[in-house]
Amino acid sequence: MNQPHICVENLNVYYGPDPSLRDVSITLPGRQIIAVIGPSGCGKTTFLKSLNRMVELAEGARVTGRVLVDGEDIYSPTAEVTAIRKKMGLLSQTPRPLPMSIYENVAYGPRIHGLNDRRKLDEIVEFRLRQVGLWEEVKDRLGQPASRISIGQQQRLCLARGLAVEPEIILADEPTSALDPMSSRRIEECFLELKKDYTIVIVTHILRQARRLADYAAFFYCGRLVEHGPAARMFENPTQRETIEYVKGIIS
Amino acid sequence: MGLSNRTKRSLLYDRAAAGLMGVMTRFSGLIVVVIAAGLFWKSVPILKNQSLFSLLFSSEWYPLRGQFGFLPFIMGSLWVTGTAMILAVPPCLLTAIYLAEYAPRGIREGVRPLIDLLAGIPSVIYGVWGVLVVVPWVKRAAGWFGYSTSGYCVLSAGIVLAVMIFPVIIHMTVEIVRAVPQEIREASLSLGATQWQTIKKVVLRKAFGGVLAAIVLGLSRAFGETMAVLMVAGNAVRSPAGFLDPAYPLPALIANNYGEMMSIPLYDSAMMLACLILLGVVLVFNILAKLVLIRIQKEIQ
Ligand SMILES: Nc1ncnc2c1ncn2[C@@H]1O[C@H](COP(=O)(O)OP(=O)(O)O)[C@@H](O)[C@H]1O
Ligand SMILES: [Mg+2]
Repeated sequence: MNQPHICVENLNVYYGPDPSLRDVSITLPGRQIIAVIGPSGCGKTTFLKSLNRMVELAEGARVTGRVLVDGEDIYSPTAEVTAIRKKMGLLSQTPRPLPMSIYENVAYGPRIHGLNDRRKLDEIVEFRLRQVGLWEEVKDRLGQPASRISIGQQQRLCLARGLAVEPEIILADEPTSALDPMSSRRIEECFLELKKDYTIVIVTHILRQARRLADYAAFFYCGRLVEHGPAARMFENPTQRETIEYVKGIIS
Repeated sequence: MGLSNRTKRSLLYDRAAAGLMGVMTRFSGLIVVVIAAGLFWKSVPILKNQSLFSLLFSSEWYPLRGQFGFLPFIMGSLWVTGTAMILAVPPCLLTAIYLAEYAPRGIREGVRPLIDLLAGIPSVIYGVWGVLVVVPWVKRAAGWFGYSTSGYCVLSAGIVLAVMIFPVIIHMTVEIVRAVPQEIREASLSLGATQWQTIKKVVLRKAFGGVLAAIVLGLSRAFGETMAVLMVAGNAVRSPAGFLDPAYPLPALIANNYGEMMSIPLYDSAMMLACLILLGVVLVFNILAKLVLIRIQKEIQ
């Protein structure tokens, strides 16, 4: 059994007077792919962003409860937010390369954390681009703006960029929803490869994708965590009425 | 299917309104061209009399002898505008970045209208403020450092102009910076960057062209501003050699002398040339800035 990695206790997130996420408690196993599923608007993104305190960036957002990562409460007043975020790579719905070259996108993270040695940066860039299977495709144009490559390539570049700061956890918010099937497959392959070393939390509204990838699944509905458990059980023998209906495709 | 009379009439009005607006739009575009052409036509006599090079780069301004060297006025404009930009750009950028990125909603929504309000103050009021407040203050402050000046100088004009272009630069910079997609900030922050690192390396980089355009728009506004500058710049026909020297910018020259010295041969033609130079500079700056902004808007959409 894998070590628990992220423990969420009684998490509530408010954007206004009513909570958008209410009383969520869940322990996420380490080195697995955890699928967060549920209909749109049910709080999946909010949940994901509360794991690296990105949710605080929304105007007026409030969080109560605890999120323990490696035993440390990331919402405690003494917690250092940049260190927490560095532990987790974030992959957004549409790939957002930084406004700089392919090379600089990957080197950005290490650079802001103080690495300036060109040789080491070269190594990191090559290693991370190979890790996501992008090296052969871009090695001759590392200096070009990252916006020039295809969207699918951009998403893998964003993954490499996140990996370059050596996170333990990868958070992905519907990472393939803007991609063509071929590019989606490549991202999924990356995830399956990466789960040996990383804990991956992926939000998806594509049930088939969740079935293909997930070791563990959590089902959200209307801001509540309805049910969670090992993926096989969740998809074959869900116990809650909402989960059954969602998995069968009755609600979506 | 017959249309009711009312519908027919509405349609007719609709067509007429669209037509009229189209004509008006074209007409206002045409005005600029007509003015430029008119100015050029009127400046032909002086261009025939004196080479453009000597008009632009000679300091001999003796209208009675037929010598029209614009250099003192051009230098006056450059000094005053340059001073205004040096004074305005750093605080404007910091204010705009604060308002766009750091300020809580309450402050942002309270302060922005106030700043925009500055843009609506008639420039003569800025001039009066300059004469009553800035000029004596500059005179006194210069005294502390052992310089003597009347206070009517490049620095005073620069200060007044800087305040006048604050709203232009701040307003546009805030818009541009806020138009940078939130996900790009999140991408940088999620890598463990601080907010300031994110702003410096990502947001401003993305917004660079737009911020530059905002500055250029401010610059063209400062370059063409007449009334307030005329009241505080000192208006001595000499290229300024420092911030405490008086200056005589082009717009002040035109406003002070047009219509008064017309008996002097070629004088009106010289004024028209000054207008043409002014119009040319302001137009070019404006068009450049607008082109950049249009490109950026397309990119964002
Ligand atoms: N920045 C925000 N400000 C206000 N309300 C928000 C914000 N983000 C999300 N919400 C609300 O929170 C709820 C959950 O949204 P979200 O987490 O994005 O759902 P999902 O990702 O499952 O589609 C929705 O009702 C949404 O309207
Ligand atoms: Mg979402």
